[in-house]
Amino acid sequence: MKISLGPIPYFWERDRVFDFYARAIEAPVDIVYLGETVCSKRRALRLPDWLDMAERLTAAGKEVVLSTLTLIEAESEAAYMRTIAENGRFAVEANDMAAVNMLEGVTPFVVGPHINVYNSRALALMARAGAKRWVMPMELDRDTLAALQAQRPAGMETEVFVFGRMPLSFSARCFTARAHNLSKDECGFRCADYPDGMPLRTREGQSFLSLNGIQVQSGETYNLVNEIGELRALGVDVLRLSPQVQGMFDIVDAFRRVSDGRQDSSAAAAMLEPYQAFGTCDGYWYGAPGMYREHA
Amino acid sequence: MAINRKLELVCPAGSMTALKAAVDNGADAVYMGFRDGTNARNFPGLNFDINEARQGIAYARNRDARVFLAINTYPRPHQWEKWRDAVDQAASLGVDALILADPGLMDYCVQRHPNLRLHLSVQGSATNHEAIDFYVRHFGVQRVVLPRVLSLAQVQNVMKRVNTEVEVFGYGSLCVMVEGRCTLSSYVTGDSPNSSGVCSPAKAVKWEESAAGRRSRLNGVLIDVYAPEEPAGYPTLCKGRFEVGGKVYYAMEEPTSLNVLDILPDLFRAGVAAIKVEGRQRSPTYVAQVTRTLREAIDACAAGPEKFSPKSAWIEQLDKVAEGRCHTLGAYTRPWQ
Repeated sequence: MKISLGPIPYFWERDRVFDFYARAIEAPVDIVYLGETVCSKRRALRLPDWLDMAERLTAAGKEVVLSTLTLIEAESEAAYMRTIAENGRFAVEANDMAAVNMLEGVTPFVVGPHINVYNSRALALMARAGAKRWVMPMELDRDTLAALQAQRPAGMETEVFVFGRMPLSFSARCFTARAHNLSKDECGFRCADYPDGMPLRTREGQSFLSLNGIQVQSGETYNLVNEIGELRALGVDVLRLSPQVQGMFDIVDAFRRVSDGRQDSSAAAAMLEPYQAFGTCDGYWYGAPGMYREHA
Repeated sequence: MAINRKLELVCPAGSMTALKAAVDNGADAVYMGFRDGTNARNFPGLNFDINEARQGIAYARNRDARVFLAINTYPRPHQWEKWRDAVDQAASLGVDALILADPGLMDYCVQRHPNLRLHLSVQGSATNHEAIDFYVRHFGVQRVVLPRVLSLAQVQNVMKRVNTEVEVFGYGSLCVMVEGRCTLSSYVTGDSPNSSGVCSPAKAVKWEESAAGRRSRLNGVLIDVYAPEEPAGYPTLCKGRFEVGGKVYYAMEEPTSLNVLDILPDLFRAGVAAIKVEGRQRSPTYVAQVTRTLREAIDACAAGPEKFSPKSAWIEQLDKVAEGRCHTLGAYTRPWQ
């Protein structure tokens, strides 16, 4: 199975982004998704920077996909989306139907996890529009995946999010700005101070969620390292790891070893524990509440 | 000067009594769902079976009101046949429009029932003209319900660029997240609007009483704590009080309702086709009250948008039945965002 690095969900400073992808060049990942998917105000890197990075990763033998915004509201955001769609060189991940609309018939694309493909008829529609790969939506379970795989359109690759804090929702409101009593228009880019998101706890101290600008993530880390055998048996092509500050390339190595059969999953799971600051969950995979941990 | 165009009032019909309340109080259209997970208000005791739906449609038709039927959850493969059958039933009932979210189901519907009018549900998550264009090109959708995330300026901008009718939310509980893009509820309870047609379902709610006050939990997760005497609200998980950066506050949103009376003339002039009222889970009294008030407001607005200003009596009436007994313009104004 191939391993992908999903788009960086957080607002990292420029140097951190460059350092991260310099390491990705050396790391055993096959596919790298580049670009901003959460907030259009985050512009530490401009499109030419991303394209330059894409060239370097391509030269190192990686497949590069330009990922795109999930919530497109303003005309400026749609225009930027169009520039990416028409880049003419790299594949694009669509996270909104606007992107699908622009990419349809223009270039093969990836259906990102924020487009609601819940059944075979929807997947077939995406295939007709030119999708070559789809990323399973976060809340879907293994039985749904099995049924979708059984009817998978010819040539369609399947990718599953297997590690990271899960993107659970998006809003017009910026929750990081709100935490600082600021409005979104005067946010001062406070999200740059939280490179792994801002922890949200219940009033009895349970780590619950993580605020990342207009996105809300799970507090716990979704981790399907124990399910890699099952994912393989279901014909999954790509395992997606979502970037975080802590230990990312140790995480990549662990998934690579298990995927290549060089380490068993329980040893890898133990090794990954310190990189899951607020615990681990896998409920969605088993058709349970997402925050549950079902694997024994 | 009056504008010779209608701004339609679309009201919730969670039951036959609510349907009658909406129609009798001046709704131009009502929306309903079947009594199962095929629609986004899959709450115990709500909604219609096929015979009730038939009676409801007859009642509305006799009084010149239209009926829309929502099948706006996303079926997984093992549910496909049931959802497909619901579409066929809706077609056989002769509803005035079907409100769908899932592109797979829309694809089926245009093939099987090419003459059935389609509306894109708010759960379809189309927030911009390019996304709307996708649904118009592929399925010929004739109306789009916009998610509650756009500012007024963004709504006006969308209106200039689309060739389909646009319906916006005018009143009711405020969804803070982009509809169709939120799985917070299934993260906690296993059920989400997309999958099960519910958010923060009642079966997962637990109240605990103690000397320190009441606690509300959702599948064990503490959503809020209320001091003695403090009014307690339903524990919708994005409207609880949590701790972030050492402060305890409504980290996502307060319990409050959306109310667009202040910008009704702007929506009207922008060419919005319909104002939707949220609340199929609310009582017939709520439906009657809100429908009557909005009917009056919309008629006043249509008669003279430049002179329109919301009457304080309307606002009082609406706040009385509002979540948290207060209201906001939500994302329509930038400061909210």
